[in-house]
Amino acid sequence: MASPPRTEPRPDVTPPEEIKAVPLRHPGRWVAVAVLAVLGAMLVNGVVNNPAYRWDTVGRYLFDQRLFRGALVTLELTVLAMFLGVFLGIVLAVMRLSPNPILSSTAWIYLWIFRGTPVYTQLVFWGLISVLYPTIGIGIPFGPEFASFETQTVITFFVAAVIGLSLNEAAYMAEIVRAGILSVSEGQSEAAAALGMKRAQVMRRIVLPQAMRVIIPPTGNELISMLKTTSLVVAVPLTTDLYSTSREISLRLFQPVPLLICAAIWYLAITSVLMTGQYYLERRFARGSQRALPPTPLQKLRNRVFPASGEAR
Amino acid sequence: MTATGAPPMVLAEGVHKRFGRLEVLKGIDLEVDRGEVMCIIGPSGSGKSTFLRCINHLEQINAGRLSVDGTLVGYRQRGDKLLELRESEVASQRIGVGMVFQHFNLFPHMTALGNLVEAPLRVKKEPKREVVDRARALLERVGLAEKADAYPSQLSGGQQQRVAIARALSMRPKLMLFDEPTSALDPELVGEVLDVMRGLAEDGMTMVVVTHEMGFAREVGDELVFMDGGVVVEAGPPREVLAAPQHERTRSFLSKVL
Repeated sequence: MASPPRTEPRPDVTPPEEIKAVPLRHPGRWVAVAVLAVLGAMLVNGVVNNPAYRWDTVGRYLFDQRLFRGALVTLELTVLAMFLGVFLGIVLAVMRLSPNPILSSTAWIYLWIFRGTPVYTQLVFWGLISVLYPTIGIGIPFGPEFASFETQTVITFFVAAVIGLSLNEAAYMAEIVRAGILSVSEGQSEAAAALGMKRAQVMRRIVLPQAMRVIIPPTGNELISMLKTTSLVVAVPLTTDLYSTSREISLRLFQPVPLLICAAIWYLAITSVLMTGQYYLERRFARGSQRALPPTPLQKLRNRVFPASGEAR
Repeated sequence: MTATGAPPMVLAEGVHKRFGRLEVLKGIDLEVDRGEVMCIIGPSGSGKSTFLRCINHLEQINAGRLSVDGTLVGYRQRGDKLLELRESEVASQRIGVGMVFQHFNLFPHMTALGNLVEAPLRVKKEPKREVVDRARALLERVGLAEKADAYPSQLSGGQQQRVAIARALSMRPKLMLFDEPTSALDPELVGEVLDVMRGLAEDGMTMVVVTHEMGFAREVGDELVFMDGGVVVEAGPPREVLAAPQHERTRSFLSKVL
């Protein structure tokens, strides 16, 4: 009749009591909040009540047609120059890593020149290209020409600005892409080669997708930096972009500050959109690197508002 | 095994390999027959991994002759001249040789299934449905049918290595090379990988296995090769070599690992 020793927990024993400790206080945080609140209030007060800011003018011109068109030109310049810059940057990075010494040293010389001179100088140069080469011809090198164009009609100021910005950008992108490619372990290329993949396939299907995780954050930096560098295209001289447009209006109004604020707000708005895009792009290329992707801000919000549905997923 | 008159699967004659001044392989002569499982053991730095990598031309040999299934690796012979093969020719030679690495080297941005279908789709350009069906069957064979959609980071080391074996098999190779396939695994995960390899051997796959698993070599191997200092010191049936090594160097190595 002797019962075996009990191993399972006895049902009449209550589970251990949850700890209910007094949470640690953080007085330093409250001091910081107070100091920052006072400083913030002073700043806002100074900005709002200072008549020199001319907030009425800001309000009147913020959604002005001309500024909107200027923002559009700036966005076009940014996207086109960045697109070409990334493409050429990848080509230059692959060239620099090539075992062919001619290709790698050519890429090195390109980087040396375009990183070594100010982008403002380069933009002035591209603006003057029609002085150096009045006509552009298509034909056999050192041989007959089939067609010839006036440089000024082909390379407008807009085209010159895109060329100048993208060639400069390519030099920086080349280094970013190279760092990304080098971050992928050699075992990956070896495994792909052992499966019979050719070098171009290995690069496109295996190495570059993994390099993207390293490439995207600094490229986002470059994109935002490009958005602001477009304000230099006045050197070409291209004067239809956001900054030049706001400058032009302000000179007519004799009110430089409010139009500068308008332009800054537009730049900030475009940057915010680009940053959101970067966030989701990074998530996409993080696939496989983390066991589970963290929730997006939208998902976090949804989970907080509808906690049940969030847990059910 | 030689009665058919077909060339051996791997034939190495006087293979030398140098890295700069360092001579890693100093004349390797080996023959692997069809359906044979050859295990290569030896201390680290003995050149066993390098020899394995030479077989699918991940390393280029400096002297000697190395051929797979009667075809020279990496070169074409014209008269008494050797011509280097083009990149695409080297790539197509590798299709017939599967390789499994110590650190798995799965593609982390693809699922297990994606790892398996990549090469058959992109290299062999086989029809997608056929490739996917075969890949699922291979995953089932290595016991990972339910992990088809998992990324490598979500798998244990043993599971990753089984996927890597399935990936190599997806190209339907005639020869499989294993470079210390269990050395990076936790001890309790080694068995599941060795089981898969044992199954392959039973199905008649020709295999060259660089390993430290003496038990596997004894039970599954047809031939055991002991390498040291870039040369083959001793070779023979595994039970004989392990039970009664003929050379002093083999004896001292085995006394350390057994």
